[in-house]
Amino acid sequence: MYDFDYLRPTTVADAVALLAQRSEAKFLAGGQTLLPTLKQRLAQPEAVIDLSRIAALQGIREDGDALVIGAMTLHADVAASALVLRVIPALAALAGEIGDRQVRNRGTLGGSISNNDPAADYPGAVLGLGATIETDRRSIAADDFFTGMFETALDPGEIVTSVRFPVPQRAAYRKFPNPASRYATAGVFVARTVDGVRVAVTGAGATVFRVPAIEDALAADFSPAALTGITVDDDGLNSDIHASAAYRAHLIMVLARRAVAAIS
Amino acid sequence: MPTVTITVNGNTVSRAVEGRTLLVHFLREQLGLTGTHVGCDTSQCGACVVLVDGRSIKSCTMLAAQADGREVTTIEGLAAADGTLHPMQAAFRQHHGLQYGFCTPGMVMSAVELARTTPHLTEQAVRDGLEGNICRCTGYHNIVKAILAGAEAMQVEPVAQAAE
Amino acid sequence: MTNPAGTHPAGANPSGIGASIRRREDQRFLTGRGTYTDDINRPHQVHAFILRSPYAHARIGGFDLTAARAAPGVVAIFTGADLVADKVGSLPCGWQIHSKDGSPMIEPPHPPLVTDRVRHVGDQVALVLAETKAQARDAAELIVVDYQELPAVTGTRDALAPGAPLVHDQAASNLCFDWHLGDPAAVDAAFARAHHVTRIDLINNRLIANAMEPRAAIGEYDRATDDYTLWTTSQNPHVIRLLMGGFVLGIPEHKLRVIAPDVGGGFGSKIFHYAEEALVTWAARKIHRPVKWTADRSESFMSDAHGRDHVTHAELALDANGKFLGLRVNTIANMGAYLSTFAPSVPTYLYATLLAGQYATPAIYAEVRAVFTHTVPVDAYRGAGRPEACYVIERLVENAARELGIDRAELRRRNFIPPSAMPYATPVALEYDCGLFHRDLDEALTLIDYAGFPARKADSARRGKLRGIGFANYIEACGIAPSNIAGALGARAGLYESAEVRFHPTGSVTVFTGSHSHGQGHETTFSQLVSDRFGIPIDKIEIVHGDTSKVPFGMGTYGSRSLAVGGSAIAKAMDKIVAKGRKIAAHMLEAAETDIEFNAGRFSVAGTDRALGIADIALSAYVPHNYPLDELEPGLDEQSFYDPKNFTFPNGCQICELEIDPDTGVTKILAFVAADDFGKVINPMIVEGQVHGGIAQGIGQALMENCVYDSQSGQLLTGSYMDYCMPRADDLPSFQVAYHEEAPCTHNPLGVKGCGEAGTIGGSAAVMNAVVDALADRGITHLDMPATPERVWRALRDAMPAQAAE
Repeated sequence: MYDFDYLRPTTVADAVALLAQRSEAKFLAGGQTLLPTLKQRLAQPEAVIDLSRIAALQGIREDGDALVIGAMTLHADVAASALVLRVIPALAALAGEIGDRQVRNRGTLGGSISNNDPAADYPGAVLGLGATIETDRRSIAADDFFTGMFETALDPGEIVTSVRFPVPQRAAYRKFPNPASRYATAGVFVARTVDGVRVAVTGAGATVFRVPAIEDALAADFSPAALTGITVDDDGLNSDIHASAAYRAHLIMVLARRAVAAIS
Repeated sequence: MPTVTITVNGNTVSRAVEGRTLLVHFLREQLGLTGTHVGCDTSQCGACVVLVDGRSIKSCTMLAAQADGREVTTIEGLAAADGTLHPMQAAFRQHHGLQYGFCTPGMVMSAVELARTTPHLTEQAVRDGLEGNICRCTGYHNIVKAILAGAEAMQVEPVAQAAE
Repeated sequence: MTNPAGTHPAGANPSGIGASIRRREDQRFLTGRGTYTDDINRPHQVHAFILRSPYAHARIGGFDLTAARAAPGVVAIFTGADLVADKVGSLPCGWQIHSKDGSPMIEPPHPPLVTDRVRHVGDQVALVLAETKAQARDAAELIVVDYQELPAVTGTRDALAPGAPLVHDQAASNLCFDWHLGDPAAVDAAFARAHHVTRIDLINNRLIANAMEPRAAIGEYDRATDDYTLWTTSQNPHVIRLLMGGFVLGIPEHKLRVIAPDVGGGFGSKIFHYAEEALVTWAARKIHRPVKWTADRSESFMSDAHGRDHVTHAELALDANGKFLGLRVNTIANMGAYLSTFAPSVPTYLYATLLAGQYATPAIYAEVRAVFTHTVPVDAYRGAGRPEACYVIERLVENAARELGIDRAELRRRNFIPPSAMPYATPVALEYDCGLFHRDLDEALTLIDYAGFPARKADSARRGKLRGIGFANYIEACGIAPSNIAGALGARAGLYESAEVRFHPTGSVTVFTGSHSHGQGHETTFSQLVSDRFGIPIDKIEIVHGDTSKVPFGMGTYGSRSLAVGGSAIAKAMDKIVAKGRKIAAHMLEAAETDIEFNAGRFSVAGTDRALGIADIALSAYVPHNYPLDELEPGLDEQSFYDPKNFTFPNGCQICELEIDPDTGVTKILAFVAADDFGKVINPMIVEGQVHGGIAQGIGQALMENCVYDSQSGQLLTGSYMDYCMPRADDLPSFQVAYHEEAPCTHNPLGVKGCGEAGTIGGSAAVMNAVVDALADRGITHLDMPATPERVWRALRDAMPAQAAE
């Protein structure tokens, strides 16, 4: 790691101000991606701004027909939250499958989605549930948030403060982990809501994406059998030594069927 | 350089650190607590696992500065002051849950948290719970046995549990 | 009979042979008080960072060190030219192979720091010394190296292709040697009369040992005495002293102390003499300060010797009854860019000599071509050659059984070498002393409930899963080696072991062993040998290892040799203690020496109740007031060098049962059993732990682990745990292991054979045989390792459709 200044604001406004003062600064959430990146010397920030002591970014609460989770809430806390388990159990289950126990004890929702690693799990839930990302300056719909590999709609210096998850009727997430890294080789989040069916795929492409063909088929008939004959085009899917694009395309359908089976 | 104040194994210490100083390097190099090991640089092997405020974390993926004001427990802080092994340590010994011992401190710390937070551990729950700890010696067979036994011993020894 | 750990009848001595006593070393490891090399810091030390090649193959036009030298904290920066100026030698190779035509292998220099050319990603380019590790790394980034990238070759088969880039100009076609073993004419004759021939093409995938402790080294130089000390993560500190002192740095043994403290695993990868050891030792003298280096894991991936990496074609000839007539094997073995310490022995004398396996195949012929590639050197990794041999044989046998419609257990039985044929001279240069192969097979079949397999397979099928079962009947040559034989085969060192047993005046004992423990539990097992023989409690026994200034000499620990060779050396030294004690006792008890009996620590006069404990004898030896001073020197301290008479031959049967999810290609191991013969067992608990770990590495190779290079750029694609798949707890089942002690080794004093590698020898073959069995209904006859989900899924996709009836 290159050396940097470590800064620890206690309010969102201070954090944003600190970042603006520095030419090369980074927000540090749980650090489970940023710190490994810094250790590999793949980034050289002048300052690292730790968001962990900002109280406003913490907490899980029910708000009408939505669940609002503070950006700095740990994966482990989402996984174990009685509220989340009651209201959106699929979200708790997903959080409980991220990384390993130690990662879940440090990693945060806001950090995960702001980083938008193509193999991260949370983007699947955020897009699959049609969540809204609240920042220090605006609300962003999930459909507009994930813009590309490690890219989001966030402006420079913009901080995710919480994510508002509409409560679905039923939802499920199925993940095929990379056997080495345990990141998602492919992950499929299926949600049945009053407005219809949403299906989000993470791990398989440059960024999380929805699959209209699957959504339409499930809207007509919410059953694994409804997916027979549907295929996902492997063009543009990720390909690496662990899984080719063709294999990922196949896995998406297998996982989609399994997620549907789990809730139909 | 920021100054951090951390309670490590019950002793509160203050030290100046670089922003980039990782908790594991703080423990090993500044405090001489070399029981916590570094086995990889991608936050996967788990040889560096310690407890921060009772939660298992990878000390290679946490800045010392982030631990400011927190309580850290390392493998050196697990046994009783008189040297009596913690039930989990004792179970690892009894069930031959270690060979060369390099992954062992992280394994034991993860196991302690796992046992404490999971009421009725099963073999599968132990195996799943060890996703963040790699062992190259044991094939995990005896580690799993040890953790199941250690967890049971922790249940019947509330004193040891309360002390943590 | 089988003795599960912990229930072995230990006899009168609770810490003697056969007792599963808990390990003495665990107290320090469990409390964080182990002392690994990186835990050691020397006063005034500097930290080393090694700048490594980012290219697989490049010419170095020059260096610009100006900015780096000016960086904060930098103490010195050295390049290959500095080593040349100091006449630092090449890293030596300890084993010489001769090709078929009698010519010696091509042995290119292996400089600790390159001068003009890098030959693999990770090759050592420059040594940076600074006050902190971070500063050394910061400075290294400021070094400007003028690289002219050259084409590279990394693939084992590709290395021999016409026009392939040459790794070394002196090795035409990248060929290091072209070696053979066996009788080609006899094999040709066998194939000519064969009823059936089973053929297979297979790849034994490249692996990385991945001991969890990264390598580390600290060099120190004492200006006052001209003494050097090296702390290093080594399985054999004396070998490092010999190789580094003798061949690289020119330091005589009496001026060089090598210490291998607690070592966090080796699995072979810490046998070898590495550049970093020489660099820190040499640099410590240059700058008159201790120099410490610890690898990052990503450095380990590109600098620890790799393992396996064979491409093989093999053929087995059988008669109409399924009797094996002949075996023909042709292998290309990847040596990497340079010859690591024992590299040439691995695909030759540790591989082809084991191709008989447990079978009475009368004619065997093996050809092995070793090639250089632009990759990290390849050397011994747990099993070293023997898993590769087992894989070839057992894959062939399993396919032959299927092709001939003979039950796989039955085909094996028909071909086993029977106990009545022991000792048995194989057609590939070994003489097995003993082995009860039928017995191992029968026990494993019982453990796995082979008879119940069809019902379990049908149950899996009902759930849409493909179930398979696979065998590996392995034998390995361990306890390496009779020095004269090893020497005749090309070893450049002896392969004995030393021990010193020192009785102290008040009856406690220190044992100095040349073996090195890095997880094997020698401090416990060796103590049990002593406790058993001398009848003294274990807490009065200390085992000292890993320090050349304390231990007389040592060849170290690898090849499952510690107990068979190191333990036998201790036994021999104890013989000498007893022999001397007998003389002392005869004097003190006023009896004839021939009348003195020794049993469990007591010297007694035959037929009387007159006796003395060994502690009394020890006291007398050091306080020789009533002592045969005319005949004997005082003291009770004996040394032994034990050179084995033959290899030992651990053997057994492993069976794996697994289930494949055809939707995803994921393989789940459901059961793994091993029925082993390790000869006499000293500590069942430790033995079973060794087997567990070995099996895990076998499963790892079969299903997960794979070292992959990009064939175009020569970049290492599996350079971290993000991509190199290490087995985790949830990848593995619990194992069922059993052993018997009915066939003790016939030629060493303990009757022991070795158990450290056994699990790995057959593990990958058993798993792959089970994978192929699960897929066989779809017409799949082979899959290369690792059988990753995608590989299995593709095989199924491309195979014939499932039979409707199944």
